[in-house]
Amino acid sequence: MADQGKARILGSAIKRREDPALITGKGRYTDDFTLPHMTHAVIVRSPYSHAHVRSIDTAAAAATPGVLAVYTAADIESSGAPGTVPTAWLLPDIKTPEHSLLAKGRVRYVGDGVAVVVGETRQAARAAAELVEVDYDPLDAVVDPQKATAEGAPQLFEDVPRNISFDWDLGDKEKTDLGFEGAAHTVSAELRNNRLIPHAIEPRAALADFDEHKGELTLRMTTQNPHVHRLLLSLASIGLPEHKIRVIAPEVGGGFGSKIHLYPDEAIAAWCAMQLKRPVKWVATRSETNLTDAHGRDHVTRAEMALDAEGRILGLRVDTHAAMGAYLSTFAPAVPTYLYGTLLSGQYDIPAIYVHVLGVFTNTAPVDAYRGAGRPEATFVIERMMDLAAAQLGQDPAEIRRRNFVAADAFPYATQVALEYDSGNYEPALDKALEAAGYAALRTEQKSRHDAGSSKWLGIGLSSYIEACGLAPSQVAGALGAQAGLWESAKIRVHPTGTVTVYTGSSSHGQGHETTFSQIVADRLGLEVEQVEVIHGDTKEVQFGMGTYGSRSAAVGGSAIANGVDRAIEKGRRIAAHMLEAAEEDVVFDDGQYTVKGVPDQAKSWGDVVLASYLAHDLPEGMEPGMETTAFYNPSNFVYPFGTHVAVVEVDSETGDVELLRYIAVDDCGNVINPMIVDGQVHGGVAQGIGQALWEQAVYDDNGQLLTGTLMDYALPRAHMLVSFELDRTVTPCPHNPLGVKGIGEAGAIASPAAVVNAVMDAVSHRGIRNIDMPLTPEKVWRAIQ
Amino acid sequence: MFLNPFEYHRAGSPQEALDLLNRHEGAKLIAGGHSLLPLMKQQLAQPTALIDIGRLAELSGVEKQGDSLRIGALTCHAELASSGMLATHCPILAEAAAKVADPQVRNKGTLGGNIAHADPASDLPAVLVATGATLDLMSPQGVRQVRAVDFFVGLLETDLAENELITAIHVPVLGQGSGSCYLKAEHPASGYAVCGAAVVVELGADGNAAAIRLSFNGLATTPVQCFPVVGALTGTDLADEAIDTAVNSLLSVEDPLGDIYASGEYRVQLAKVYCRRALKIARDRARG
Repeated sequence: MADQGKARILGSAIKRREDPALITGKGRYTDDFTLPHMTHAVIVRSPYSHAHVRSIDTAAAAATPGVLAVYTAADIESSGAPGTVPTAWLLPDIKTPEHSLLAKGRVRYVGDGVAVVVGETRQAARAAAELVEVDYDPLDAVVDPQKATAEGAPQLFEDVPRNISFDWDLGDKEKTDLGFEGAAHTVSAELRNNRLIPHAIEPRAALADFDEHKGELTLRMTTQNPHVHRLLLSLASIGLPEHKIRVIAPEVGGGFGSKIHLYPDEAIAAWCAMQLKRPVKWVATRSETNLTDAHGRDHVTRAEMALDAEGRILGLRVDTHAAMGAYLSTFAPAVPTYLYGTLLSGQYDIPAIYVHVLGVFTNTAPVDAYRGAGRPEATFVIERMMDLAAAQLGQDPAEIRRRNFVAADAFPYATQVALEYDSGNYEPALDKALEAAGYAALRTEQKSRHDAGSSKWLGIGLSSYIEACGLAPSQVAGALGAQAGLWESAKIRVHPTGTVTVYTGSSSHGQGHETTFSQIVADRLGLEVEQVEVIHGDTKEVQFGMGTYGSRSAAVGGSAIANGVDRAIEKGRRIAAHMLEAAEEDVVFDDGQYTVKGVPDQAKSWGDVVLASYLAHDLPEGMEPGMETTAFYNPSNFVYPFGTHVAVVEVDSETGDVELLRYIAVDDCGNVINPMIVDGQVHGGVAQGIGQALWEQAVYDDNGQLLTGTLMDYALPRAHMLVSFELDRTVTPCPHNPLGVKGIGEAGAIASPAAVVNAVMDAVSHRGIRNIDMPLTPEKVWRAIQ
Repeated sequence: MFLNPFEYHRAGSPQEALDLLNRHEGAKLIAGGHSLLPLMKQQLAQPTALIDIGRLAELSGVEKQGDSLRIGALTCHAELASSGMLATHCPILAEAAAKVADPQVRNKGTLGGNIAHADPASDLPAVLVATGATLDLMSPQGVRQVRAVDFFVGLLETDLAENELITAIHVPVLGQGSGSCYLKAEHPASGYAVCGAAVVVELGADGNAAAIRLSFNGLATTPVQCFPVVGALTGTDLADEAIDTAVNSLLSVEDPLGDIYASGEYRVQLAKVYCRRALKIARDRARG
């Protein structure tokens, strides 16, 4: 919209507007708020992964000085509150046992809440929590999703035999089996996708304030989707009408998905505030976060690929046991099904795919969406299988990918697993990545190292990924089991001077929406970014919205904003035409000016027109005054970003140590709103994926005790463990949204585990090693080499 | 996590620190706090009082005293890592201190605190054993000296009595013809050594190894010295093949430590690899 002579705001790497406050410590997070008469809640958690609760004696805790109340499930029940956290994605025949806010007679994982203590101070509540006496009768536990389905395995719920919550499949089984029958080659592998702990830098927290006279609850909390949380709290947890609940997401220090879900703790804080008529704050310790934040991944998969003699894929069969943990978290059932099975075609034209998934209860923390959510698992399967196939057929990993790519002229492309890819052009991204890596030279060096008998083996790994994000459209999501629509809303409030306040349902928790959304508005209206304010994360200020997850904010939230702005421009055009005494169709809007076609000196500025709309002295016949629009954008399809990543590693054959030498990422997220923010998202995602590949794993022992409960045991990637990433892009715009944008928030985490693992396997494959499970710790690699 | 309540006293002198320690049962000394505070947060240590010795300037710094270096117990890791005195006279200690944890820990954590904690995965105990260090332990009865190798008694257990304070660490000057090296496999989460090898080599006038000292952390509850390897290599010219053969055949550890990250068997493998590499580096450094 802006004229070509001027640098466009859209697409420029302006610095994040939100950062000066955040990096100077001025950001206010939930725990930074203090209210008069505020109290503190501490949850008493089960130390057993599986046990009957015979009795709970709260007397000693309740008698502690400074303690206001100690509640158990019985108290919540007798209050009449619904008292649960719900599952908001239902699959056919799914078993959804109740998840009560506090355990009723049985605990199912270490960290399961059994009581809550509310005290005048956090210290008092914590000390009293130690005095709550719970009589547990321990039961056998099961933590492995495969073992949990065995006959005779410990069963978490009476009415869920073999712990199977859902048995789901997708694709044409017969057609796929047929593909295998005539295949020249078949490749199979057992692949584990390691369980991860999200580790948002800000632990979960809630501050609940109940106004008993108005009957209104204000809940500040760490949330990625305040409206959804308000809805779920109202319906399933505390029973207060939706319009009497105000959920506020102040600054939120990251989520990676873990703050999409509704947990018992935040709801308990709200319920306690309603009982006590005093504000109640609950803040998770880091240890509680590790025990109770929904974990990610945890799949055990058997995958088989059939290929013809030339290496073209004929079929893919995938069978996965997906751990759900002790309860079905908010969107958990969607993750290993519609966000996983549907992605198994990757970038490839695969004629037949069949995927079968068991969602399995285990005595562990619940598992739900974590950066990528299903798509990293799918990418890992398909990209590992591509490399295994390449190795078996003696083909170069780049060539076998090229041979199977969906052709550039085949879009929109319908996969065998229910998706229609909107746009794509996979080969240029692969070429760019290989060129940046100096692929041929790397292969030469790899060979010369081998020839020289070096103990430091070089490995090069590719990952050509696709991501389906901006989950849509709502009617499809509904048909697949979502108990929510997946659109987004925007309200564009234009002030009489022409500046704008945007109200968006996309609730930022580190993504930089204040910057990118301002860029969208400023670009369209010819304003400066500083003339646009973005409001999000407060259900009292913002109309209903769906929140931020699944790389949806630019594609869905941004599109809603663009449409809302365009509606305002349209109204302005009618006013301008009226003011300029021209026909509406002759008035064009560009760079903040309405002009009459062919009469450039006949112009009205955006500000003039907006002011006229508010003065309303002389508006077109029948037009209402003011300049405010609302748009609810319901996308017609997902968006499909893609790219190719290349990891270069060195394996120390004597110690098994893996050193990452280089990481090259070529991503295509369609049009780019802010390249610096896109790069930042790729950096973070790639770092997390490298962490999954090399270091991270939540380890439970057979009794369901979390052995990696602290950051002394659970290894997150740190700057000194990584390299400077080499990033580049191709641009294939999304054809169906007004901005042509796709998503980028998860791409790095989706692509990188497979790239790194493929690189390490490439380094050790000359020893006949086909697979090592993530994380590729030095000992595992060393043992494989032995 | 929350700390249990405790009293806090700041000592103005080593004598006052001992006096406070004597007067408060269940008290602990605190310097940088980077070992003690994490234990307290996990309720693994619950001192009734903390006696802060962190500001006792007389217990900090590195000075040369004849043929050894006196290192104040409160000298922080960052100071050790950047000390010119150490770089010249005991480079392995500077090399190891630079590998302790991260910059924040190195700026606060002290040498005395580190060895008093005696974590088997800690970098510095093995290095002090390899250098032949001695420690000054001060009590109301006076100062006694203990060799580093005798100081480390068991898991998180030392020869330090409840009424004692580490005041200084003495390390012999590594002179002409000596070379040293510390290598470690770093735990990706904690930064501690999964296994670390500290090697000091002294070459005689003939260029052969006159003395070798080896010490490993991460293998046992206290630093492990590997005398069979030392014996096999002392007096040799430390040729690569000799090192490889001696280490591969003679380095063994009974019942090595292991955990979910690295088994005992793997730690011994690491010890062998790092021992070989560190010996060769130390030898080359000794040759100048």
